Amino acid sequence: MSQRDQLKKARARKRGKIAIILIGLIAIYVWAISGIEFRGIQETAGPVTKNILKGFISPDWSYVYSPDGEDLIRGLLETLAIAIAGIFLSIILAVPVGLWAAKNLSKSFITSQSGKGVLSFFRTLPDIILALLFIKVVGPGAFAGMLALGIGAMGMLGKLYAEEVEAMDPGPVESIAAVGGNKLQQLAFGVIPQVLPGFISATLYRFEINMRSAATLGLIGAGGVGTALIFAIQGRSWDRVGIILIGIVVVVLIVDLLSSALRKKIT
Amino acid sequence: MIDTKLNGPLPAKPSRWPFYLFLLGLFAIVLISAIYIGANPITFIQNSDNMVDLFVRMFPPAWSYIATTTPAMLETIRMALLGTTIGMIFSIPIMFLCARNIFRLRWLVELSRIGLNILRTIPDLLLAAIFAAILGFSPLAGIVALSIFSIGIIAKLSFEAIENIDNGPLESMTAVGANKLQWIAFGVVPQILPHFVSYVLYTFEINIRAAAILGLVGAGGIGVFYDRALGFFAYDQVLALILYTLVVVIIIDLISLKIREKLL
Repeated sequence: MSQRDQLKKARARKRGKIAIILIGLIAIYVWAISGIEFRGIQETAGPVTKNILKGFISPDWSYVYSPDGEDLIRGLLETLAIAIAGIFLSIILAVPVGLWAAKNLSKSFITSQSGKGVLSFFRTLPDIILALLFIKVVGPGAFAGMLALGIGAMGMLGKLYAEEVEAMDPGPVESIAAVGGNKLQQLAFGVIPQVLPGFISATLYRFEINMRSAATLGLIGAGGVGTALIFAIQGRSWDRVGIILIGIVVVVLIVDLLSSALRKKIT
Repeated sequence: MIDTKLNGPLPAKPSRWPFYLFLLGLFAIVLISAIYIGANPITFIQNSDNMVDLFVRMFPPAWSYIATTTPAMLETIRMALLGTTIGMIFSIPIMFLCARNIFRLRWLVELSRIGLNILRTIPDLLLAAIFAAILGFSPLAGIVALSIFSIGIIAKLSFEAIENIDNGPLESMTAVGANKLQWIAFGVVPQILPHFVSYVLYTFEINIRAAAILGLVGAGGIGVFYDRALGFFAYDQVLALILYTLVVVIIIDLISLKIREKLL
């Protein structure tokens, strides 16, 4: 067979492959679209959309602060408090599990793998489902939300911590061991100074996610500004929905900016 | 001559007080937050029998519930698929607008970026709650919410990829007189396509997880059943749902990871 024929054959094979991929994609989309129950758009969709947009343009500024009772500032502060207390809980939980899951700290493969298994199990549990379960344990409110975030963030933080530890330089630990440092001293003076910037950066990153998560917890009754939002939606007071969304966007943006500035400084 | 004191007194150790004060401040913030939300460890301990009860009642998981909820699970996958696809289509123009090396109009680029950043601050579940109010309690609300949510992720990751492309092909195309559209189609697209597809798949993984809970605010999918099972205190059904979702998520992650590895 000449080289030309071979090239032709290779091209035909490639085209065949692309065709198979395309047919597969089309089949998937046909399956997806045909399965969606389309019940038609509500008649109210138009007016409601108009009202929401109107709510954004002229939001209910009076809701921002009221001396007595529920207002936006208190809701946002509660959300912030849930995110802060939640991240603190997850740091406490994630440091030991992260060290447990780090390959280079444990002697046997099974130890680190079991730690990784625990972490990936917790990573797949959505914060909202955890919050629903904690509501059943401690009752509705911000405490349930904080516990959910604490446990939910542990999986991700632990994984990031473990990766940070695995990427560190073994030199300092070995030299501390060589001069007779015990395990605790190796950890305190060999491991922690090296991984601390990475740990802080990972924690800040997760804190940004916590803020968004904390804003949604209220939708299911676990405290924070989401509670006010779901009441406003149910009560069709769109100007209030507008101001709450604006408040969430502003606070999340500020937290993002501060956190990314800090992270840039650290690493 | 400069007086060098090799054996002079050691410089004073920098004071550690600022650091300790900083730690104390952080701790105070955490404590105030905890008090503000009424986080009381004693409540937790007092209610720990609730938790034990919850765990005990979770076992054995109600496996039969998996058959009941399979249509909803398929709906969840459909929602994630369509949401990701629509988001992908809309993020294509947005990601080019946000990339500094494509458009020379600075104000347009910066404005698009600010818009994208604002969009990215709104959590998926909030979007779903709002669209459920607009479009009614249906999967459609979930699809629209996921589409908007996907734009934020795909456009953000992709415009960063665009900004990191190799300038060589672009310069040679300009040199031979290509117009803007040709420039993008043959200079930019081939370079970012693998990254773009990879980001779309990654977003699909996130959307599967998101779609599984959208039902809690009435936006379709399997989340509706969480609400129902928890309402009836049927924790064995809840566990079955959690495990079912877990398996589906893991399978889709594996498939997506395999494709992404092949791409890059």
